[in-house]
Amino acid sequence: MPFDIPSPPPGDPNWPYEMYKLLKDEGVTQFSYVPDAGLKVMINLSLDDPDVHSIPLTTEEEGVAMAAGAHLGGQKHVLLMQSSGAGNCINMLSLPRIGKFPFLSIVSMRGDFGEGNPWQMPMGKSIQPVLEACEVVCLKIEDSSEVISTVSAAMTMAFQSQESVCVLLSQKMLGIKKF
Amino acid sequence: MSDFTLDRNVVLPLLIPNPHDFLIVTGLAGPARDIVHLCGPNSSNFYTMAGAMGGAVPMGLGLALAQPDKRVLVCTGDGELMMNVGSLAVVAAMNPLNFGIICVDNGHYGETGNQISHTGLGTDLAVMAAGAGIKQICTVFDESDIGDAADMIKVGNAAFFAHLKVHDGPPANVKRSLDANYTKTAFRKALLGIP
Repeated sequence: MPFDIPSPPPGDPNWPYEMYKLLKDEGVTQFSYVPDAGLKVMINLSLDDPDVHSIPLTTEEEGVAMAAGAHLGGQKHVLLMQSSGAGNCINMLSLPRIGKFPFLSIVSMRGDFGEGNPWQMPMGKSIQPVLEACEVVCLKIEDSSEVISTVSAAMTMAFQSQESVCVLLSQKMLGIKKF
Repeated sequence: MSDFTLDRNVVLPLLIPNPHDFLIVTGLAGPARDIVHLCGPNSSNFYTMAGAMGGAVPMGLGLALAQPDKRVLVCTGDGELMMNVGSLAVVAAMNPLNFGIICVDNGHYGETGNQISHTGLGTDLAVMAAGAGIKQICTVFDESDIGDAADMIKVGNAAFFAHLKVHDGPPANVKRSLDANYTKTAFRKALLGIP
């Protein structure tokens, strides 16, 4: 019996459920992650879903290489990570770049809109220019109304045009952690 | 260093007598050449790297999850594995039944001037793999160990780690393509029938 994606509890945002459904409808069957509060709902959906592989990583760059391996075997992979972890991926991004492997990551931002933990600011400010220096396409989402169109565009660019694409989820949408 | 005695060029063909029964991902440098030599440079059942250090195990894991009916091997060196040794814990967590790692450990960074590596200084990767939670571990330190390891590689029914200790002599002298896109396309065409 196929996995039924549940509805969000009353008052919770719907976008993580919509995004998860969109990824599954596109045929993504491997979800790797390094845990982050901003991606908690999607990570938990993948863990509850017997139709997909939910893969706990020890460092984010493993997800970059896994995605390439998944493509070798004919599956689609998405890496769920926080922006600080995107910095751990820089050298491994060589692999999708020179091999023209599809690479898609959903990145929850820290160190952007309204950040209260100064330790998060350096990578928050650096990550987009650093990723773009590595020829990764960065698509930023600041409002939940943009989720469907932006993630759809990202999937097309990754899986059809074989680009490396990061969808950056701003704290403007995710909400701001209090310190 | 006295237990780094085997010759990789002798041991690997005995461990993997039927290399075309596997899909193989290799790390950079020596193990890439080992596997190209073993399979034949015109074969399409391997993906070899010449960079992306630390990526071999997770790449092989992604392939193994995507192809549960094929046996998938990662063949990589001690330096490449140490670069991303946490990936052993990811393998243990997923425990794909069709997957295993062959670590060709020569205790040196052979590609960069033969500097002594951590395993040459005492780090034990088989113990680290066991500590990561990988259930099937096999050490191949002399020729009497080869038979059991070859059986595990062929028919093991859980993720495994085969630890080969070899001397620091050179790997096979073989030309291989360094074109990452070509190698990908050839692999996918052979396996999936699509580029």
